[in-house]
Amino acid sequence: MEKENPKAWRNDAYAKVTGRARYTDDIKFPFMLHAVPVYSDFVHAEILNIDTSEALKSKGVVKVLTSKDVPGVNRFGQIIKDFRIFAEDRIFYNGDVVALVVADTRANAIKASELVKLEAKELPSILDPEDALKPDSALIHPEQGSNIINEHKVRRGNTDEGFKKCDIILEEKFETQFIEHSYMEPEVAVCNPRHDGVMEVYASMQHPFSTRRFVNALLGGRLADIEVISTPMGGGFGGKDDTVSIVAARTALAAKLTGKPVKCSYAREWSIRESYKRHPYKVYYKMGLTKDGIIKSVKCKIIADGGAYCSVTPWVTWRSTVQCCGPYQVENVHCDTYGVYTNNVVTGAMRGFGSPQMNFVVESLMDIAARKCGLTPVEIRRRNMVRQGSITITGQKLDNHKVAMEETMDAILNKFDYENKYKKCSFGKSDSEELYGAGFAISYRGMSLGAEGTDFNSAIINVQPDGSILLETGIHENGQGSESAMCLILARDLGVSLDRIRYRRPSTSTIPDGGTTVASRGTVMGGGAVTNAAKELKHKIANFLNAKCGCNIEDIDISNDIVTCGKEKYNFEEVIKMMYNAQEYPHVFGVFKAPKVSWNEENGQGDAYFSWTYSCQAIELTVNKKTGKVKLLNAIAAHDVGRAANEQMTKGQFFGGMAMGIGYGLLEEVKTDKGIILNTNFNSYRLPRTTDLPEMSAIIIENSDPNSPSGAKGIGEPTNELMAPVIANAIYNETGKRFFKLPIKVSTKVQEDLKICE
Amino acid sequence: MTINKKPVEVPDSMKERKLVEFLREELDLTGVKNACEMKSCGACAVLVNNKSIRICNSVLKDVENCDVLTIEGMENEDGTLHPLQKAFIDYGAIQCGFCTPGMVLTAHAFLMENPKPTREQIRKALQSNLCRCTGYQQIIDAVEAASEFYRK
Ligand code: FES
Ligand code: FES
Repeated sequence: MEKENPKAWRNDAYAKVTGRARYTDDIKFPFMLHAVPVYSDFVHAEILNIDTSEALKSKGVVKVLTSKDVPGVNRFGQIIKDFRIFAEDRIFYNGDVVALVVADTRANAIKASELVKLEAKELPSILDPEDALKPDSALIHPEQGSNIINEHKVRRGNTDEGFKKCDIILEEKFETQFIEHSYMEPEVAVCNPRHDGVMEVYASMQHPFSTRRFVNALLGGRLADIEVISTPMGGGFGGKDDTVSIVAARTALAAKLTGKPVKCSYAREWSIRESYKRHPYKVYYKMGLTKDGIIKSVKCKIIADGGAYCSVTPWVTWRSTVQCCGPYQVENVHCDTYGVYTNNVVTGAMRGFGSPQMNFVVESLMDIAARKCGLTPVEIRRRNMVRQGSITITGQKLDNHKVAMEETMDAILNKFDYENKYKKCSFGKSDSEELYGAGFAISYRGMSLGAEGTDFNSAIINVQPDGSILLETGIHENGQGSESAMCLILARDLGVSLDRIRYRRPSTSTIPDGGTTVASRGTVMGGGAVTNAAKELKHKIANFLNAKCGCNIEDIDISNDIVTCGKEKYNFEEVIKMMYNAQEYPHVFGVFKAPKVSWNEENGQGDAYFSWTYSCQAIELTVNKKTGKVKLLNAIAAHDVGRAANEQMTKGQFFGGMAMGIGYGLLEEVKTDKGIILNTNFNSYRLPRTTDLPEMSAIIIENSDPNSPSGAKGIGEPTNELMAPVIANAIYNETGKRFFKLPIKVSTKVQEDLKICE
Repeated sequence: MTINKKPVEVPDSMKERKLVEFLREELDLTGVKNACEMKSCGACAVLVNNKSIRICNSVLKDVENCDVLTIEGMENEDGTLHPLQKAFIDYGAIQCGFCTPGMVLTAHAFLMENPKPTREQIRKALQSNLCRCTGYQQIIDAVEAASEFYRK
């Protein structure tokens, strides 16, 4: 253990470690009712009738809501408005909600939910996106005119000409699985119809403004009449947007129609059944290289299973498209990407957002290519990777920040001693019981949303007469510690002590919409706004002192709670008091707008992201020859974080991301049978446990990013996007067997596999 | 029975009541969480006679005459944090915090029995507690660091 580490700092740690933190399910109001969703047995069906009469008679039931009760719009979504908040015309997947039972207790609501009767005509379900793509396939959403949700492409150079110059051509198909975010806290919402006519919403949500949009759609009326309040939340990982917003919308409707506070608290089974997952991908990939290992040409087709509704599939697959060649320079690229409707569970945002799938493909292929070319995995990457001034496959010149790809990779190679470990790898042969392997992979990642969406954020600093400071930003705390990061950035940039600062619990009624907490943008965008607001406040203080004492604005400085003004020194409090006395508010509003990005849908070219982050991870492991059991020995990650607000917290992001990546690579899979999810709880959905995981270590690389006011780069997602290919490469180096499908299952097939390579 | 060292009388009519519900609804001890309700995650773990028990399937009758400790009872008498809680904060073992009460209590029970554990033993002891945020690394760091206190 590295005991010399500085301590972690979190504004919410005390509340959480003492059990005082109030999560949404811990909130209660007098006379609160309870709501429970009703599902159907169908996967795809036409609804004929929903009969709620029996349920209504059941004990304690106050109301049973269906699509007929919706005053606003029942169809909504962030991109395409195809979500049915209540099933209305059809059942599109097994997680569609037919009705919401509202009763005096949750138990009574559950009992009554079994009495809602659905009459429906079963329709053939389409479960393979490749079937959905066939020209004669039935349409899942006929009003969309196609089963294709979206297409993206990259066109660069001429791939046919490129392949002609190649000595080695690789062609492989890769497949990845559905996975569940598995936030420990299931979906929950509490809605309170306030006496002033405002609907107050608490929910386990990732983005209060997104939740407000869903609630507003279903209820109708004005945004200003809904107040969504930030509440401590038990994990999100991208998964607490659409689904929980829909849960909140239904709950708000129940509160509106009954005039009572209503809670809807999901059981794990409902959560896994209804909530969106990470997209399974099928990727057909052709890569051509010269014999000295230079990638000349790439042609690929990416098919993403979008499930029953669009959600954010177009954005997720856009990132996959932009990053479809990994952190490598390739002259000729032809990529076609399709997001496709099926009758499977909905898929949407999940930590990584379209990169874990593509990194698995590209980084596996790089190791395959290295062997074909007689190079080491390190050497082939060195020959192709992006460097300062490189042009990406979408034509973006990387010159506005430090391109730290090689620096990051070398950091791992040195600390992990990769070259020596690589020499020790068994490649399927060993005299002992165990085979040994080590592997690594690298990636780069466009920062924040990129050309996916509008990207700006704000922060309010409100200094109180006693010198204490209220801070709030448009970024929502998902459990990752963003509030704490904001406080740390403010203390650093304003030159004041941390104990002065209280993060004000924001609501949608107190600060402007700051965009969703996705794409690892919290620290970059929120931190950027804080840095800018701090600058503005300093400016305000300086102007005030300049007018008052006549000292030069440039000579005014704040550090360690002391304001220096020429030769004068004041305590921070004193200056604030002076300002209040002079009728000057030490109150500022700071904004950070992401720098311009560009994108041309026609040819898939443009400056896709305003900056990039660089990552490398490695692992060593053994496989028992007889049992096939994989044992992870130790794992390591290096990421260029720009500037870390708190070292321990940054490391926490590394370890959490790596663990989730290990789950993705080796353990996790949402299993379905004819569109119905089989493993709806943690007894059958296999999450990484303490005993599955290796000791992990972290190398924080700091190249302060000039495009980000606080210097920080987003780090939540890069940490989660590499472990699958790292493990695939390590297992190859160990067993000599290449896996093209996730999760990698060595255990069941190992003996037969080992025969192949002997 | 006692809950957090205070005696609690349970009328016969309540003996079949779910323990989690009783703690959360009647006593407002909301540190005990529901996350799977089938003994697979440890979010509902409390100490019953100093053993960590996942109580999602338990009813009040099951803990008759027992001493129950929830996270709300972990602090020292004077309201300061227990060294194990302090270590969780300092080592960055808390992210979303949803697993934290169960983790802290399970680690507490374990350290009372084994105050000089190896990291491997800590991993084994926390095997039933899921955490999706931290990758467990810093949780194990915290437990290892706090173990010193239990040796005294
Ligand atoms: S809620 Fe009891 S173990 Fe998960
Ligand atoms: S800290 Fe979030 S589940 Fe453990």
